[in-house]
Amino acid sequence: MDIRFTAEEATFRDELRAWLTDVLPTLGDPPDSNDWPARREWDMGWQRKLYDAGYAGINWPSEFGGRGSTPTEHLIFLEETTRMGAPYVGMNFVAQLHAGPTLILEATSEQQARHLPAMLKGEEVWCQGFSEPNAGSDLASLSTRAIRDGDHYVVTGQKIWTSFGHVADYCELLVRTDPDAPKHRGITWLICPMDLPGIEVRPITTVAGSSEFCEVFFDEVRIPVENRVGDENDGWRVAMVTFSFERGTAFISELLGTLNQLADMADIARNTSCNGSLAWDDDEIRREIGRLQAEYDALWALTKRVVSQAQRTGMPGPGGSVFKLYYADVKKRMADLAHRMLEREALVFGSEAGDEQTGGDMVASRLYVLSLSIAAGTSEIQRNIIGERILGLPKER
Amino acid sequence: MDFELTDDQVALSDGIRDLCQGRFDIDTVRGLADCGGVDRRLWAELADTGVFSLVVPEEDGGVGLGWAEAGLVFEQLGRSLVPGPLVGTLLASGWTDDAVVGLIERPIGPALVEYPDVIDALLVVDKDGVWRVDAADLSFEAAHSVDPLTPVGRVAVLPQGEAVVDYCYGWANQAVFLYSALQVGLATGARELAVAYAQERQQFGKPIGQFQAIKHKCADMYSREEVARAALYYAGCVMDATHGPGLPAGPGDYLYFEGCTIDPGDARGDREHQVMVRAISGARILAAEAADHNGKDCVQVHGGMGFTWEIDAHLYLKRAWALTPCFGSLDEHAERIAAMV
Ligand SMILES: Cc1cc2nc3c(=O)[nH]c(=O)nc-3n(C[C@H](O)[C@H](O)[C@H](O)COP(=O)(O)OP(=O)(O)OC[C@H]3O[C@@H](n4cnc5c(N)ncnc54)[C@H](O)[C@@H]3O)c2cc1C
Repeated sequence: MDIRFTAEEATFRDELRAWLTDVLPTLGDPPDSNDWPARREWDMGWQRKLYDAGYAGINWPSEFGGRGSTPTEHLIFLEETTRMGAPYVGMNFVAQLHAGPTLILEATSEQQARHLPAMLKGEEVWCQGFSEPNAGSDLASLSTRAIRDGDHYVVTGQKIWTSFGHVADYCELLVRTDPDAPKHRGITWLICPMDLPGIEVRPITTVAGSSEFCEVFFDEVRIPVENRVGDENDGWRVAMVTFSFERGTAFISELLGTLNQLADMADIARNTSCNGSLAWDDDEIRREIGRLQAEYDALWALTKRVVSQAQRTGMPGPGGSVFKLYYADVKKRMADLAHRMLEREALVFGSEAGDEQTGGDMVASRLYVLSLSIAAGTSEIQRNIIGERILGLPKER
Repeated sequence: MDFELTDDQVALSDGIRDLCQGRFDIDTVRGLADCGGVDRRLWAELADTGVFSLVVPEEDGGVGLGWAEAGLVFEQLGRSLVPGPLVGTLLASGWTDDAVVGLIERPIGPALVEYPDVIDALLVVDKDGVWRVDAADLSFEAAHSVDPLTPVGRVAVLPQGEAVVDYCYGWANQAVFLYSALQVGLATGARELAVAYAQERQQFGKPIGQFQAIKHKCADMYSREEVARAALYYAGCVMDATHGPGLPAGPGDYLYFEGCTIDPGDARGDREHQVMVRAISGARILAAEAADHNGKDCVQVHGGMGFTWEIDAHLYLKRAWALTPCFGSLDEHAERIAAMV
């Protein structure tokens, strides 16, 4: 075990830092979170800058235009960009981390040539059309229907919780092509342009009052068969294949942003009075800050372990599922602590000097953390996965 | 960066696991309760394997490995519930010739000394340094320990002892690290026992591990253990990177613990020491809580059997309890970290 970085890794970090030092001051102020056109411009503009500097597709293989970095370099990239306050991947999330890797592993060369360069340059926003009103944790029971009609699929049904659906150009869409087959065997993976006739997108207002995700309705939408990725009825496997691209890096920005936030909170505690005395003088507050730091440090160590395992074997270790489960709980505790300190000010958005980029707005953060144990597999589902796949306990059914 | 065990480290860890399973099976371990926690013959086997001289440099007759490796070895000892004053004996190795060495912080009042019937000497740590007290100079009053594998005796007044070194902080940090390693092992052992029972015990016509209430408890046990393990390995690596393998570093190592008059708000030392201290205290909190919670969950998963002497669940929990109030409470470790946030 060696936690020290190699000379090459240090050079990678130094070059990245130098570039960030130059480029970040040129970016200006981040847009208002409700101004979607401006947000799109901001996220895509950042992606373009990454592309021009050779950092786009950091973990994509070089034959597909990526940088082909090692998992450790990917970790360093996320560490430095977060520490230095660079923009987050934002609405490029699905293209960079899910749809892109899926196309790399499963698509035809025409499909790859059509989309991968555009994704890397920040010219296409993608969304993920997997979940449905009646297919959430039980995703494989999805029922959006696709009927073959010549060289088109005619798609009718509804998706929900589609993040950035209202700004996306393309959707990675899971549809049911064989309703009679066992549920995992009748699903197909399609590239769906979001401007096709028959698609209606309705933003959903979240508990935070913003609209980060949408309902998407499909009414006899005609999607060319050439947009199919993988074989018909083989879409479940195609959708799962991206897991082999996952190298334990998924939550690095999130975690390091949280570490910044904890340091901010400690500063606030040292300068804010709470019940008439300094918050920092309250034993419970101080100790909880120490404990949270211990837990985040441990989660950072766990991340490094998972990334190192991926670097060795090509597959991340089991720590990945543990991370998500554990992190969601710790982050909720941190949000609660912030609110103990803020007292009635916790009723007001942005009341303490907050920095959106690092998630510094603790009031908004307290709401956001509620989604951490729901999105991308709920905590209950994570516990099932750990119990069954790692510990070998018997399946429910 | 390669924060994954090397082949040598895997071999070391597996080797100790095999040794424990072969020589310290649970019947043997339970039997040790009848001889004060240590059987000299088995203890000598641990010593011969190098368990206590792991971090002593090769030129001084030790194994010459680092703290990361010491953590792996102690994790396995904890997992198999191996009793005895393991931490004190490792820390004393290279400094005294005693075979079985207890360890304690000098208390303000009477002392509760572990393994009173078997130690050759006791290392006493206070803010002026580390002292060796010969077992012959100690007179014990009987006390009934909650943990059958951690017998204790009461000493009215600890003698001053002869000075080993005139600083304490490095020793205290290393002790805390090794206790944490034992506790990660205890958390693992308790989780393994619970999962095995959840697979085998049937109620309502199915294995209890099929009920989510039980399955999810086991998943939480595993999560705590994995997070604590990551913290432990990280701390070991940081210790090795900070002052290299070898025995206690100089007085610069900073630890706040009871009896030491150091203001917890005064995070002294250079940045590297702070990183190390933060890592050790972090591992301590997570390991202690993982061992405690996993011990309790292991009892719960066993139902009525879990409340019996016969089932091993209580042994993990009681050992976890015995190891926690040593060298700083968890609150003190939290304070130490908070001072650096
Ligand atoms: C912020 C956010 C963004 C999202 N973005 C996207 C996106 O871009 N694209 C997309 O396709 N989806 C997205 N999702 C959807 C997300 O994947 C689902 O919400 C999630 O999988 C849970 O499904 P559900 O909401 O239908 O809840 P349900 O599956 O109905 O679950 C309800 C409750 O029942 C529990 N439960 C369900 N099954 C079990 C079981 N077997 N055992 C024990 N408990 C169980 C759950 O844990 C949960 O507590 C997003 C969700 C959120 C919150």
